[in-house]
Amino acid sequence: MLLKKHHFLEKNVFFLTLGIFLTIIIGGIVEIVPLFTMEQTIEKVDGVRPYSPLEQAGRNIYIREGCYNCHSQMIRPFRDEVERYGHYSLAAESMYDHPFQWGSKRTGPDLARVGGKYSNAWHVAHLDDPRSVVPESIMPGYPFLANTELKFDDVADHLKTLRMVGVPYTDEQIEDALADLHLQATEDAAYDDGFLARYPKAATGDFDGNPEKLTEMDALIAYLQVLGRMVDFTTYDPSKNLR
Amino acid sequence: MSTHVEKDKVTGRETTGHQWDGIKELNTPLPSWWVYVFWVCVIWSIGYWVVYPSFPTAHGYLKGVFGVTERSKIEETMANVAAERAPYMERLAALDVDQIANDSELLNFSMAGGKAIFAENCAPCHGTGGVGNVGFPSLQDDAWLWGGTLDDISHTIHVGIRSSDNDDTRFNDMPAFGKDGILSQAEISDVVQHVLSFSGRATDAAAAERGAVIFADNCAACHGENGKGIVEMGAPNLTDNIWLYGGDQATLIQTVTNARRGVMPAWEGKLSDETIKMLTVYVHSLGGGQ
Repeated sequence: MLLKKHHFLEKNVFFLTLGIFLTIIIGGIVEIVPLFTMEQTIEKVDGVRPYSPLEQAGRNIYIREGCYNCHSQMIRPFRDEVERYGHYSLAAESMYDHPFQWGSKRTGPDLARVGGKYSNAWHVAHLDDPRSVVPESIMPGYPFLANTELKFDDVADHLKTLRMVGVPYTDEQIEDALADLHLQATEDAAYDDGFLARYPKAATGDFDGNPEKLTEMDALIAYLQVLGRMVDFTTYDPSKNLR
Repeated sequence: MSTHVEKDKVTGRETTGHQWDGIKELNTPLPSWWVYVFWVCVIWSIGYWVVYPSFPTAHGYLKGVFGVTERSKIEETMANVAAERAPYMERLAALDVDQIANDSELLNFSMAGGKAIFAENCAPCHGTGGVGNVGFPSLQDDAWLWGGTLDDISHTIHVGIRSSDNDDTRFNDMPAFGKDGILSQAEISDVVQHVLSFSGRATDAAAAERGAVIFADNCAACHGENGKGIVEMGAPNLTDNIWLYGGDQATLIQTVTNARRGVMPAWEGKLSDETIKMLTVYVHSLGGGQ
């Protein structure tokens, strides 16, 4: 049997190196080639845009606090999930997520479409003390978010970094990042056509009930309120994207 | 490493030729049943490659001869679900929300469905069974900010309250009398005494009297002259014992100073019209329906 000939490989440096090399090549192809087809994997949809600076800041807090440990952002194509959470998640919906937050554990509910489902005041009450609104919840409270001022002076750098990995932020968006971040947390944002053109469907206004201070609570809720709301499903044809 | 094949005297097996301190390793072959299963799995996997989607190609991926995809499966499943529910959904679509009660089978369907929809979408704010929370009204009592008839409830669910998603949303805007400098702290304190007097809880009769004038000028337009509230305005009754944010003096001062402006999302577009009808029937049945 061929397997018995391994003595030959093991005793010959040239052929051993060649064998190792071939093995790595095969492994590499299997791992890397699928990435070349990414473009075909992502559905062509209307509406998905990069996160606004405030949403991006909130997303960083979401990651920092480890929300993904208990909450997924991936509605799988099963009846129970679709009936509960809405349309199954599309690849296009997380194409600007670096890293994506699909998650693999659901201690709490899926959050892929939590945007617009509950009011800002509810999110504040719930993040402050989850059991004050959902008695059966086992989620820890995050009351410090409302007291912690958002650290945002580097927000333009975050956007620039994301652009390096393929998120299509424009120069204008990066230039206005700091101003946009402040603007989104004010009532004026809803009337600012420039902002709304840059970030359609963004939730705006004072999120945490304290307009004097821009807090981490503001940023996190701005992020939560946009989740799952970007895709325009009226122009999405599922039969063209069966996979 | 020795290539000399040596047989172990006790078992009669070949050894690998490796030995450590005189202890030698037997070269026991894998059990043949295991090897057969392994090869069957290898051949089976080739079958998988042929019939199911497998490997990416330059212009897409191998789709497999069965043409199965997760998404076509879910579309099919949901189409079957829709077909199963169609007899009910068609009746729901045809009937007005106040006619559902006449059809006991449809009523059962709506109540069961409404309960599940409520638990997922409404209970986080309004509490399990609609008991309510501070800032999120109870749906079990007789107080309805925007009306408690089937039509009122249905409309509220459709358009929400102060929702940024719906142009027809139910809307009112109580001024922040303190923050916006409309009333002084002393005036707010007086008017709160007057509000407390509606339920016989005023602690300072003179202040309540002074507050009556302030109330008539600033509050009566929405809350009514005697504080009974006006449903068309979404202005709550201030004379009963039901308080959304709390009815003690300190909380009332806070409410008058800063205003509250609670928000309910609009569900039009998120839930289908038929689903909202089911939900309406369920919410109406919770205890307070008018």
